[in-house]
Amino acid sequence: MSTTTTLSRRDFIKVSAQAGAGLIIGFHLPLKGAEASPDAETFTPNAFLSIDSKGLITVTVTKSEIGQGIHTGLPMLVAEELSADWSKIRIESPVAHERYGSMGTYGSSSIRSMWLPLRKAGATAREMLIAAAAQTWNVAPGSCRVEQGTVIHRPTGKRLGYGELAAKAATLAIPKEVVLKDSKDYTILGTPVPRLDIPDKVNGTTMFGIDVKLPGMLTATVVHCPYFKGKLSSFDDTRANTVDGVVKIFPIDGGLAIVARDTSAAFAAAKAVKITWEKGPNSQLDSESIARLLVEQASEQGLVAKDQGDARKALSNARQTIEAVYEVPYLAHATMEPMNCTAHVTAQKCEIWAPTQNPQGAQDAAARITGLPKESVVVHTTQSGGGFGRRSNPDFVAEAVQISKAAGAPVKVIWTREEDLRRGFYRPINLNRFQAGLDNKRRLVAWTHRIVGPSLLRSINPNRSKDQIDFTSVEGAANLPYGIPNLLVDNVVVDIDVPLWWWRSVGNSQNAFVTESFIDEVAHAAKADPFTFRRDLLGDHPRHRGVLEMAAAKAGWDKPPPKGRSRGIAVHKANGSFVAQVAEVSVDNAGKVRVHRVVCAVDCGQVVNPDSVQAQMEGSIVFGLTAALYGAITLKNGKVQQSNFHNYKMLRMDEMPEIEVTIIPSTESPGGIGEPGTPPIAPAVTNAIFSATGKRIRRLPIGSQDLRRT
Amino acid sequence: MSRINFVINGQERTVDVDPKMKLLWFIRDTLELTGTKFGCGMSLCGACTVHLNGQAIRSCTTPVSMVAGQEITTIEGLSSERLTPLQQAWIDEQVPQCGYCQSGQIMTASVLLAENPHPTDGDIDQAMSGNICRCGTYQRIRRAIHRAAQEV
Repeated sequence: MSTTTTLSRRDFIKVSAQAGAGLIIGFHLPLKGAEASPDAETFTPNAFLSIDSKGLITVTVTKSEIGQGIHTGLPMLVAEELSADWSKIRIESPVAHERYGSMGTYGSSSIRSMWLPLRKAGATAREMLIAAAAQTWNVAPGSCRVEQGTVIHRPTGKRLGYGELAAKAATLAIPKEVVLKDSKDYTILGTPVPRLDIPDKVNGTTMFGIDVKLPGMLTATVVHCPYFKGKLSSFDDTRANTVDGVVKIFPIDGGLAIVARDTSAAFAAAKAVKITWEKGPNSQLDSESIARLLVEQASEQGLVAKDQGDARKALSNARQTIEAVYEVPYLAHATMEPMNCTAHVTAQKCEIWAPTQNPQGAQDAAARITGLPKESVVVHTTQSGGGFGRRSNPDFVAEAVQISKAAGAPVKVIWTREEDLRRGFYRPINLNRFQAGLDNKRRLVAWTHRIVGPSLLRSINPNRSKDQIDFTSVEGAANLPYGIPNLLVDNVVVDIDVPLWWWRSVGNSQNAFVTESFIDEVAHAAKADPFTFRRDLLGDHPRHRGVLEMAAAKAGWDKPPPKGRSRGIAVHKANGSFVAQVAEVSVDNAGKVRVHRVVCAVDCGQVVNPDSVQAQMEGSIVFGLTAALYGAITLKNGKVQQSNFHNYKMLRMDEMPEIEVTIIPSTESPGGIGEPGTPPIAPAVTNAIFSATGKRIRRLPIGSQDLRRT
Repeated sequence: MSRINFVINGQERTVDVDPKMKLLWFIRDTLELTGTKFGCGMSLCGACTVHLNGQAIRSCTTPVSMVAGQEITTIEGLSSERLTPLQQAWIDEQVPQCGYCQSGQIMTASVLLAENPHPTDGDIDQAMSGNICRCGTYQRIRRAIHRAAQEV
């Protein structure tokens, strides 16, 4: 149904009158927190939609393109309501400013936060262009319609293009209310519009952060202290200084900066420099001791995240109980484009070019370091070679600012892959203790889940109370969708000095694996089919159930799998979207796991670009499968052991499963799409491995487990 | 420093360069052709793939001295006025996500097609498994190679 929506006051739309500039509609993207809402009388627009006299339409896009297709998805929202000719759409990425509200690209939130504001801006422009045409022809606006960037007078067929109408439209009053289109009338939304950024990505012309070049620019790299909370003690750069092209070597926060004429010289000198580190408090940190610590802490009482019914009593009355312990490792983001940033700091100004998911965080960090007011810190967001959460941390920007300031020149800082993996910020490790109870009819009556591990939010902010529940630790576990009368989920927070960060799908990446594995164990204990057992417990969650049934149907769950293959299933909700996956897997006699096919069903509400949904499902599955098969950051003697792609392995072409994606039609508000495809793949695969071998994978990665047939 | 001659993207060049410098940095920093990417520095990921006399090589571990008198092609030189059918197939299949690895993927795939105009899935696995795509576009890369093979 089309929606009539009243404008002004709440929507803050203004027309900017600039002679000869065509129509410029300024509107207001939502800010964080109610107090940040602008005053209706005095507000300044923070985003623009402009139409010039040639009909070219430019939309402000405040989110970072990190591969998810958002630089196409957001303008599609405007173009739809505007009934624009898509070929006339351009985007403009502004420099960082607080006036844009959050420019952060994370939490699969971009479409969700922009869904209404961008459509309203488009609808407003459309109504004003219609009004301009109606005045020109001296007809009633209601007798006009729009199509492909043109206003058409229905009775006479007269036409005027948006470009011809823009200047006149700019002189008219903003409509009091606008009508948002009925989804059945969409011609752009819900269609696989080709991405605007792809042509430049097949001929090498896209500018990533690492490609920035400024006059007089130097190139630097950083050797970071390999011990968390350790620091530089001393360094000997005698040999490093003999490398041709080295300019300056000096300490910065967390390590040693090597500034050179080019990357080659910087990397060579970094290898040649001798550094002594003050190891600090974590020189003995290793994965085995961390694992033991988590086991010890598992007997502690945790912070209660969910307590319904009386799970302990129900367990003691259960006919059958099932227990299991699951463990997941630290993981790195390993974006293909290593961390890098270019900064040019002078006494008056700091200019930054960064592949960042958080330009405002970059601006804040730079203002702190330089002492400059924020207005003097100009942050340009470049294209990012992957993000996955890593680039929302401005640590690498802060380094470039420090180094440029000290070097007195524009400097591009590039990390090596080794630094990227070793001085990362990681997806948290954890241990999970489960108990479940079945009654005498083999119904699941009790479920307890204790999550034991470090808190992401406390790692980011050490002042955060240990007694405050960290939603990222329990998301997807405390809100288990299954109808279980007695449910207890608690969280024991264990402080470990390994820096943590947001990693694609965050807590859902762990909790989907452990809960969807354990529910599978319970289904087998109840001698039930893993699909029907889940389905029958999802009565109150029709969207979970919808994707689960669709994935099972598309995978042919009711028929035997192809010879030599086994199937596993999993379902999970994350970032407002629902995803179920069926994996078809074989395990050979040597224990080698091969994932042949993944059938994925997704319900993400209304779909902006179905091809982007498909692509994000494919990508999220590969990302999650890579982690499930190979991913582990481990520590020994205080240092991360992984260094490059030989020991932090990635899924490759020869291991790629066939992926089939089905999108459930929906009229619900859009959900996120960049992350929710990742959580279900690990349990879908390990459940299939159980089906194939009878061996239950309770510790990731799969590659660390012995699956040889004996 | 030593003086070397070579042909890059069809143009003859003579430059003074540290012969030990890796070809990748020579291409990116000295020649300012930034379509070729740095991913690992150890020939593990393929982001730096270029053609040396028509063969796909990893420029991140190749010393620039090795290209003396040879012919190098980078992504910028793959097509002249019009995209190659392979690049067009990459667009038609909407392959790239972040796009960072795609220059390397395309350079590897173009050698595959030059040597084997109708590759099987197995041929594609073998040729392309040295190129990592962290965004997971492998399925689309496979389709794009098959599409280009049909259209050539």
